[in-house]
Amino acid sequence: MQPYVSLKNVSHSYPTDKGKSVLALQNVSFDIEKHQFVAVVGPSGCGKSTLLRLLSGLMMPTEGQVNIFGTAVTEPRDEIGIVFQQPTLLPWLNVTENVVFPVKHKTGRVSSQTRSQAQKMIEMVGLADFAKRMPNELSGGMQQRVGIARALLMDPEILIMDEPFSALDALTREEMGFELLRIWNESPKTVLFITHSITEAVLLADKVLIMSPRPGRLSAQIDIQLPRPRSAETIHDPAFATYASEIRQHIYHPHKAGEDSKASVTAINKKLVNL
Amino acid sequence: MTHFSALNRYLPALTLLMLLPAWEVICRSFDVPAYLFPSPSLIFESFMEVEPARWLEHLWATLRVALLGFGLSLMISIPLAMLMVNSQYLSKTLYPFLVIVQSTPVVAIAPLLITMFGSGEAPRLAITCLITFFPLVVSAMTGMLATPPELIDLSRSLRAPRYKEVLAIRLPYSLPHIFSGMKVAITLSIIGAVVAEFVAAEQGLGYFIQFSTSFFKVPQAFAALIFLSLISLALFKLVHWIQSYFFGWTLTKGKA
Repeated sequence: MQPYVSLKNVSHSYPTDKGKSVLALQNVSFDIEKHQFVAVVGPSGCGKSTLLRLLSGLMMPTEGQVNIFGTAVTEPRDEIGIVFQQPTLLPWLNVTENVVFPVKHKTGRVSSQTRSQAQKMIEMVGLADFAKRMPNELSGGMQQRVGIARALLMDPEILIMDEPFSALDALTREEMGFELLRIWNESPKTVLFITHSITEAVLLADKVLIMSPRPGRLSAQIDIQLPRPRSAETIHDPAFATYASEIRQHIYHPHKAGEDSKASVTAINKKLVNL
Repeated sequence: MTHFSALNRYLPALTLLMLLPAWEVICRSFDVPAYLFPSPSLIFESFMEVEPARWLEHLWATLRVALLGFGLSLMISIPLAMLMVNSQYLSKTLYPFLVIVQSTPVVAIAPLLITMFGSGEAPRLAITCLITFFPLVVSAMTGMLATPPELIDLSRSLRAPRYKEVLAIRLPYSLPHIFSGMKVAITLSIIGAVVAEFVAAEQGLGYFIQFSTSFFKVPQAFAALIFLSLISLALFKLVHWIQSYFFGWTLTKGKA
């Protein structure tokens, strides 16, 4: 079966004011399978945002190919929902109107079907009682829930999330992670989740892509084979710590990482499969 | 707490009420000539001497020019700001001109405009328009450019047409800024109308002040001056009321 999303030798550079260009992504290749949850971890400047813009069709790569369902991405497509770092709701619209905004913005009107779908999404993100509230009456976590409901409205095949919980406090952030897993269980999607947090990546993802900065490169891919459904207990799983330290190795000591830790992850994965 | 806030609310009016007798006493005890600085009672007397219908006539003339000029300015400046935000070329060519126009004192241009447009209402509207234009364009542009880039990405990822991006996202997003600009501009519109009346008019409170002072009827000029301040204040309040009544969200704090 061909992968849902695939990047083949993708490089991207931006022109600068001085007429030169800056390489933001260098020779990145990876595949994402249907309904796979993939997290991208890496320090600032590793080209995560470029990756998001390339996948969502807002930009074309200067080299290589971005494919979705086997066809090259040449413009933004309907199958993709995006959740941004900031909830970026429209402050003059209430929760329901914010959720249906993309449809209204695109087509000029909203069918009653879309409205009931919006109602469902609002219920799914746990905001049923807040449908008529204005954004400024909601907490940061609730606002981001609205952002998720908005992205899920048209039932996109692919959900791209750009550090969606990074603006939230630590407790809300943890809660939102589990919420996201619950939502992902209810309506399975192919997810690309960009984050700074190793814990978050291991906890949520099936596969973690590790990026290194300047220029942004893919330095490792690690399959996370922790059992699902995952919960707060998962963090205490010894395998969890092994994955996390492996990822940390790749981020902080990309040259030393490899032989010894790879062996330990392979061992863990084998053990988990045998369980 | 409530009686404190009530006190706070009426404090300005209370202060003014206490100042009036002081003003009266100073004028009387030092025998300040009325043509230099009239006492409140004299101002009130001369206010009553002029017929209410004539007051209304002058007041309406000034208010009309101010509001029409402001409205005209609003109708030109907001679309212009939308165009300039959308096109770097336009903003680069037009912005310097706007700054030049803004840097030239409108009071100095006023006589020239009168020679250009004649002595009708047109030059008065043009002057009011000129003086209110800059704060409106700048505030609208600032607001539109402050729109979160993610929302623009969202709009583009939906492949929505560019005009929708401006009308449905940037314009509403700039409303808090536009209202700040309008509050500055609406008080400037009265200034514009009065300046125009100083140069050429046969009606209006500005004309009335000039006419009164040239006949040394200083108390009457003061009465007109108070009228002008009151209109300015009322218009400012009106803009604020429109903002809080129809666009309440622009006043609430906290980002969304």
